[in-house]
Amino acid sequence: MSDAMSSIFGRLGWDALPFWSMLHDHSPMTLINGVIATGAAGMVVLGALAAIVLVSWLGKWKYLWSEWLTSPDHKKIGIMFIVIALVMLARAIIEAVFMRAQQAVGLDGGFLTAEHFGELFTTHGTIMVFFMAMPFLTGIINYVMPLQIGARDLSFPVLNQVSLGLTAAGAALVMISLVLAPFSTGGWTGYPPFTELSYNPGAGVDYWIWAVTLSTLSSTLTGINFAVTIFKKRAPGMKLFRMPLFTWTALCTAILMIFGMPPLTVATGLLALDRYLDFHMFTTDLGGNMMNYVNLFWAFGHPEVYILILPPFGIFSEVFATFSGKRIYGYKILVIATMCIAVLSFTVWLHHFFTMGQSAHINAAFGIATMLIGIPTGVKVYDWMLTMYRGRIRLSVPMVYAIGFIMLFVLGGMTGIILATPSVDYQIHNSLFLVAHFHNMLIPGLLFGMLSATNFWFPKAFGFRLEERWGYRAAFCWIIGFMLAFFPLYVLGLMGMPRRSVAYFEPQYLPWTIMAGIGALVILCALLCLLLQLWVSIRDRHANNVFVGDPLGWPDAGMVGLLTAAGIQLPGAARDLQH
Amino acid sequence: MSQNNVIPIEHNATQDAQKTRHPGLNLGPAHAHEEDTREEMVFGFWVFMMSDLIIFGLLFATYVTMLGGTAGGPGPSELFEMKSAFIETMLLLASSFTFGMASLALKYREDRTRLVFWLVVTLLLGVAFLFFELKDFHTMFDNGGVPSRSGYLSAFFSLVPLHGLHVTGACIWLVALLGQLAVYGLDAPVKTGILRLAILWHFLDIVWIGIFSLVYLGGLS
Repeated sequence: MSDAMSSIFGRLGWDALPFWSMLHDHSPMTLINGVIATGAAGMVVLGALAAIVLVSWLGKWKYLWSEWLTSPDHKKIGIMFIVIALVMLARAIIEAVFMRAQQAVGLDGGFLTAEHFGELFTTHGTIMVFFMAMPFLTGIINYVMPLQIGARDLSFPVLNQVSLGLTAAGAALVMISLVLAPFSTGGWTGYPPFTELSYNPGAGVDYWIWAVTLSTLSSTLTGINFAVTIFKKRAPGMKLFRMPLFTWTALCTAILMIFGMPPLTVATGLLALDRYLDFHMFTTDLGGNMMNYVNLFWAFGHPEVYILILPPFGIFSEVFATFSGKRIYGYKILVIATMCIAVLSFTVWLHHFFTMGQSAHINAAFGIATMLIGIPTGVKVYDWMLTMYRGRIRLSVPMVYAIGFIMLFVLGGMTGIILATPSVDYQIHNSLFLVAHFHNMLIPGLLFGMLSATNFWFPKAFGFRLEERWGYRAAFCWIIGFMLAFFPLYVLGLMGMPRRSVAYFEPQYLPWTIMAGIGALVILCALLCLLLQLWVSIRDRHANNVFVGDPLGWPDAGMVGLLTAAGIQLPGAARDLQH
Repeated sequence: MSQNNVIPIEHNATQDAQKTRHPGLNLGPAHAHEEDTREEMVFGFWVFMMSDLIIFGLLFATYVTMLGGTAGGPGPSELFEMKSAFIETMLLLASSFTFGMASLALKYREDRTRLVFWLVVTLLLGVAFLFFELKDFHTMFDNGGVPSRSGYLSAFFSLVPLHGLHVTGACIWLVALLGQLAVYGLDAPVKTGILRLAILWHFLDIVWIGIFSLVYLGGLS
């Protein structure tokens, strides 16, 4: 009997239930953490049930199945990717708020156990990178890129469905881990030997390996699909140097996915062999070498950050041009800069572990390579500013995100240059300074880009505009919340507070952690504003309808304007196809 | 850039086909329809191969860094046999040649007999390769060369059997293609299938040459 159970459930036992430990140990700490974990698990179960009830009540199962889940249409698949991203974004923001709350009261303790805190920062990072950022940008590219190049669909629509399924399965695993068994506590990087069987015998790391591997395979296939589509399915006359900039960045991202994702497949695959078949790739004994994992992980990890940031660069290029009423400044230079960034991104991975034992010469080489990336990025920033210069600027919601991005992203870039100096990095590596830096790149960079794109292209997808008042509120909450939550972390990092600390004993940290906690609450408000914006927009969709008496649908300022800006005049029939 | 000019759209099908022709085996005029459909699919498969090559490249690199990690266990000189590695190499090289003959039969012959003949010979050579490889692993296991013994052996068993798995997959694909050939005849999907499998087969041959040179010759020298 127990054999049969263990062959089905493996490392899962009764203690996998989040309230199990609470029933046996009644200390206040266990109770609080048990209640939080049970509440989270309850939200997952209730959320799933609510979705099932809602679809049944509306009688939409058949519609959902045949029109969406089994649809090979790139537009619908793109939207489904974005839905996954938004659900996961909500969860990961709530986790972030719990972490900030813990550190705000974390002087000499706090309310979370170290285990629970470890799970929170692991799931938060894993979700934000693999199940928020990746599906979000994949969804936007899926939707927009074929329209921009005049293709009917991606080259391999069924492969696209497979990619969606793999990402959905990975996201589902992360969700299930809230209900059954704890998740990994190894951080989003999952460094061995901590994640090896000898230190982590539970199911947590296995959840992480499977979820991440599924997501990685999904992204590899997506990259192949995007690249082939851009190379082979462009409409006649759409020469490479007439492609809209967003498509250019999509191409570079696709190339990075093709070459940057396999290293992670190798890393997690070998870690799985270590755990399941008693290999010794990364163990501390019998000739294993954990540095191989670190190198493999960041051989993926650094291209990954450019996979995340290039599509937003493309989006902002479109947004700045559209809402400045001008053509983009320096189209060709922007393309070249994008390509430079894509190539350089493979040459800097070692800066993620300057302190892990290389010689000073190697560190210097990688530090210089890292700083070089600042040049093409700087070129881009100037091009965007010159696009706005003397333009007829309209401060629409996408533009607010774009301006927030350009100010904050430059600050993040500056702190990146600081971190790229190995001697400085020795002082502040693994501190909250680093956490502040990469959030400074990813929130104003990636997330603002995605939200800007959602506001920009939403009417294209659904035929009505997103409501603007809540849109502005969300945008300003994001900008202010980001600054409040992460600027204090720079200070804390310089004061020496390590990242991932569940508690601390320095009273000087306190004002800053409290300020960061308030920032997290403002970000939570931003999330609520986004939800309200969506709700209000759907409620008032008839008032915001964009189909007003134009025989071509609507004068699609974003798309047609950009095509014209790139020198492309689509013939009537092809233009009709786009609507 | 003169982007404001309206570009007149001309679409000359034959010119485009000439321009977009990719390097590799082109099917020729007898296969007009496949000539067009194969383009995207075969290109996609090339891209997939590039991605797969990264995986092998990283495993080769990892293997080299783990050479010293024998932890007192058996190393290359105790575990490898040149004779059997050489036989495997010859089998795989021969199978690449016979697949080449199959591709030529696909391009120039109307009848299917030669194509099927060369494909079956390729399959047999592939299976023979797998047989010898498994025999090698068996001998290694008998001599204490198991992956749990040391980091070096873990690296070996993450690299070489992955190639073997690929060959197994390619053999299964070949059997499926032969089945499709029998049921559907030489239609477009079967033709592009053979083209893609040919790419995979030669790719695996190249990877094996890397394994033979680096793992076996390097290990025994």
